[in-house]
Amino acid sequence: MARDAANREQFRPDDHDHEHFLLTSVVGSYPKPTWLNRADDLVDDPDASFDEADLEEAHDDACRLITEEHERTGLDTVVDGEMRRNEMVEFFAERIDGYEFNGPVKVWGHNYFHKPSVVEEVSYDEPWLVDEFEFTDAVAERPVKVPITGPYTLANWAFDEHYGDSEALAYDLADLVNEEIEKLVEAGARYIQIDEPALATTPDDHAIVGSCLERIVDGVPDEVRVGVHVCYGDYSRIYPELNEFPVDEVDLELCNDDYQQIETLADGEFAPDLALGVVDVHDAEVESVEEIKQNIKQGLKVVPPEQLTVSPDCGLKLLPREAAYQKTENLVTAAREVEAELDAGEIEVPARDAPTADD
Amino acid sequence: MTDRVATTLGLYPLPDWAKDELSSLKGHQKADLVDGSEGPEVRAAYERVREELIDDQREAGLDRIVEGQGRWDDWLAHPLAVHDGVETGGIVRYYDNNNFYRDPRVVDDLAADGGDVAAELDAATALLEDEESLQAVLPGPYTLADLATDEYYGDDAEFLAAIAEFLAGEVEALPEHETLFLLDPSLVTDSPEGEANERVSDAVDTVAAATDADVVLQSYWGAHEEKTYAHLMDADVDAFGFDFVAGDRDAHLYNVTEYGTKDAISVGLVDGQNTAVESPETVAERIDWVTEQIPSQTFDTVYATPNTELAYLPVSTYREKLSVLGEAVELAPETEVSA
Repeated sequence: MARDAANREQFRPDDHDHEHFLLTSVVGSYPKPTWLNRADDLVDDPDASFDEADLEEAHDDACRLITEEHERTGLDTVVDGEMRRNEMVEFFAERIDGYEFNGPVKVWGHNYFHKPSVVEEVSYDEPWLVDEFEFTDAVAERPVKVPITGPYTLANWAFDEHYGDSEALAYDLADLVNEEIEKLVEAGARYIQIDEPALATTPDDHAIVGSCLERIVDGVPDEVRVGVHVCYGDYSRIYPELNEFPVDEVDLELCNDDYQQIETLADGEFAPDLALGVVDVHDAEVESVEEIKQNIKQGLKVVPPEQLTVSPDCGLKLLPREAAYQKTENLVTAAREVEAELDAGEIEVPARDAPTADD
Repeated sequence: MTDRVATTLGLYPLPDWAKDELSSLKGHQKADLVDGSEGPEVRAAYERVREELIDDQREAGLDRIVEGQGRWDDWLAHPLAVHDGVETGGIVRYYDNNNFYRDPRVVDDLAADGGDVAAELDAATALLEDEESLQAVLPGPYTLADLATDEYYGDDAEFLAAIAEFLAGEVEALPEHETLFLLDPSLVTDSPEGEANERVSDAVDTVAAATDADVVLQSYWGAHEEKTYAHLMDADVDAFGFDFVAGDRDAHLYNVTEYGTKDAISVGLVDGQNTAVESPETVAERIDWVTEQIPSQTFDTVYATPNTELAYLPVSTYREKLSVLGEAVELAPETEVSA
């Protein structure tokens, strides 16, 4: 069952102008400044005097820059653009005991990642994200969202040399994610997003992802908002099952194929809040505010405004930085304009759970 | 005497230097992938890749040498991705993997172009020593049709036949080769239905008839539906290949017991998608185990292979797996096993 998602109200800015509140957010990653990529390379160059401390400073600078860039767009909740992270699986596998690396493997074309191998039981060593969160939280004036690669993805996008059973591995990892969230909550985090793109590869495993999420939210207070992000899949294979996920919000990529899948979700029964992808992250052309407003209205077919979050389809990191910025800013502007139109009663919201004439 | 042959299904990982060099030369986007018109620098890099991949097999002591298919950016869809009658579309998922290829949209007559694979194998042949045997690797016709989108023929049967004729043309253009592996995972992941089973068998025949070499039709990630297997038995190939790592062993053995199999067999025994490296002894035992389970038949050749292509692995692991195969066939007794 979905959690009680009343926790969204804490993200409404004090100076919010409208009665309606469409929470605006991002999925997480953002284009890195080119100088940061140079810094990442430089630290590996034995001839350079640039060391780990310098790199740490460069990461701090980049996190500050992108967090502030997010705030300038007007987003209600911000992320540091994942400036400290190299790749969504690698970053965590480097921090979890039990993984090792054997070299890069192909994803497609000349796009590779250092796919890790699980060689023994996974265990928790040091916090993965607490420092990152505390830094960003200190920089940001708006609430900070923390994206975490989910256990199902961490299990399935690795070579399993030890468990011989990716489900058991996923559950062990889910317990570690739970431990990490506990520390993040202690540090003040109130918005957590679990990224599970691997579910799109093997949608029949939705029950395993559900069981992982049960472990993840165990003991997490209700005021902490927990979402799950899935992208580039056939949602008819995970809906309505995802209604059982114990989360406040499900974040879906839907703009990329022009909302062809929206009707699948629009049965009036969608249980969690919907975080709707309203800009395409694989097309550098920036959607206009008007276009994004139409996209937001697609989401109203699925959930009422008080359950709708507005976000990009996925991480923005592959876009040119200017396009990433402009898309985010237009997303916020569009959300605010839709709120105003909702306040004014200019948008017809499909009635849900309304008593019928027979009641 | 059963001849035990250590070989692979090709599609090797690029050496790490080539991953860097080719991504700098070519780029990271869809439009940057191999289309058959590479410039001299890219060609030169692939020549060095080919040499290294052949050296890897030589060092491991494999009995057949493949070209390694470093250029196959689009996995098994490659022969169409470089075809003049094909436009490559969006990035689509390659089976249930976190891997992608460009959707090959067939928009023109497939008979009008070809020879890309032959050029690779001509180059590989020039690198071989006298006693070394070349093995060609191509997608099976059903798999290639399954990976592609037909926007020209408009009929499944006609499209499959055209793909088979195209592949037969590719095979005819090949230099001398000892063995031809046709990789056909779609036969088990997305089985043909009804009458299509007979057409698939005919399509395999069309391709196999284009060579005098031994032809192995290898499927992976599952086991054949009974009906599919029964029809495939009519195809004139020398061996079927079975995935004993990710496929259902009992289903393989059931099909073989019920319908028989060819005089040779290919067995995928080394996990092409896991960095855990099997010991040569384990692989040798697995070869024995499979042949013992089929007491009714004495094979003239058993091909010992990984269950899949090897490009899923990091380079260090891929090399270890080649060595394991080379050693395993040396360990296995070259005698008939009777139950």
